Amino acid sequence: MDLELKDIPGQLVLALQPISDFEGNIVSVVHHRDKKTPRGMIPVQVTFEIDGAKVSDLIDKLKSGGIIVARVGEERLRERRAVILIGHIIHSDIRDTIDQIDATGYAEVMDLAMSMPGIDQRSSARLVINAAGKREMESAVELLRNIAREKDLLLIEPI
Amino acid sequence: MKKIRISIIGFGVIGSGVAKVISEKKGYIKSRHGIDLELVGIGERHGSIVCEDGIDPMEAYDLAKSREMYKHPCWKEEMSGIDVVREVNADIVIEATPTNINSGEPGLSHMMTAFKNKRHVVTSNKGPLVVAYKELKRTAEENDVQFRFEASVGGAMPVFNLVRESLQANKMLGIEGILNGTCNYILTRMSTEGLSYEHALSEAQELGIAETDPSYDVEGIDTACKLVILANAIFDMDATYKDVEVEGITGITPESLKLASDEGYAIKLIGEVRDGLRVAPRLVPKDHPLAVGGTLNVISLHTDLAGEITVTGKGAGAIETSSSILSDVINISKYEFEGT
Repeated sequence: MDLELKDIPGQLVLALQPISDFEGNIVSVVHHRDKKTPRGMIPVQVTFEIDGAKVSDLIDKLKSGGIIVARVGEERLRERRAVILIGHIIHSDIRDTIDQIDATGYAEVMDLAMSMPGIDQRSSARLVINAAGKREMESAVELLRNIAREKDLLLIEPI
Repeated sequence: MKKIRISIIGFGVIGSGVAKVISEKKGYIKSRHGIDLELVGIGERHGSIVCEDGIDPMEAYDLAKSREMYKHPCWKEEMSGIDVVREVNADIVIEATPTNINSGEPGLSHMMTAFKNKRHVVTSNKGPLVVAYKELKRTAEENDVQFRFEASVGGAMPVFNLVRESLQANKMLGIEGILNGTCNYILTRMSTEGLSYEHALSEAQELGIAETDPSYDVEGIDTACKLVILANAIFDMDATYKDVEVEGITGITPESLKLASDEGYAIKLIGEVRDGLRVAPRLVPKDHPLAVGGTLNVISLHTDLAGEITVTGKGAGAIETSSSILSDVINISKYEFEGT
């Protein structure tokens, strides 16, 4: 979110407090004190995780505090993790494996690369999963662990 | 100058390697540390060499190499390892018999007997540590003697001494690492040459890096045992082998290594002590400190003050392991006998 603040003390807190009030998790704040906008305001970039349903209320709250909300960008799935699966991946229905992750609503399989050396031999696959946040990624990987156990696949996770 | 009397129980690759290094380093240890190491007993399966006036360690090493220990003038056929521990007047017993992770024997009895006879113990033997760490530690304390086992995990790499000495103000938060050089060698070769698991394993066996029966290494058992020792000694847990979740490297395909590599990862067999104890193949970013290749071992210690400390080095080999064993011997000698 790009904000513009007046060049007087206390403005940054005024901008950040509402985010925290709406249970947003602030990831980074870049405060450009030396760069003023044409309106004579100080630009601030704030990145945070928040329940999407609360965003419009948050914007109203910020505006009522005299803060200009210049731009709102959304990156829904911020976490990315690659994992490897080894086993009879096709025969154990890779489509179902992917569907189960996608059906969570908070995580998706974004990329799949497979290598099948021969019929009857175990294949290997690399899945890239994107998820809304760290907690969501943990749940998605936990789900994948259970699927791998059920389908007798070896799951290799990052350290 | 303090004379420290040593007996070595188990005179195989490690035990005889220690003797060789004692022979080579005797002068250096004397001038540098003021400690005169004297070998007074060697216990082997079929007999022992006992000489209260000192055994020439190099002579014993040569005889062991040619399997002619019985030719030594002080050879006592009827004397077993445990007799040496009990009867030979040694300050420090170096226990280097083969590892048995089920019963811990014969090492366990050797160590317990040594403690009860007020002798310090230095060991590379994982078996007794996995089976009965708490009991060994308690018995050593009750008898007011030292128990050191730097060589049991990571061969030449300092881990326990690093934690005990250099990181003593830190709380340990977690440990992870590559603790088995055989697995690391196989995975490295599979990855760099695109070899199958079977091919890389037989190559390792030809080079003497893997055993004829490799299951102890490749199924992750060895790594799991080392985790148990780390968990008990560093985190004061009461863990046994059963507490470790273990997955080895036998299921790894060359294709999986390629897929991982294309994404910037290596696959390594990682042992981890954190919330639980876990051994599993994991994706390690290629530029990560844990991504060491060949037969190397590596350990990362996560601490509250120092952050992450990573040590890497040779995890096996008689001379490398002797480095850790002698470090323990010198430490005990310094702390226990200085000024007495």
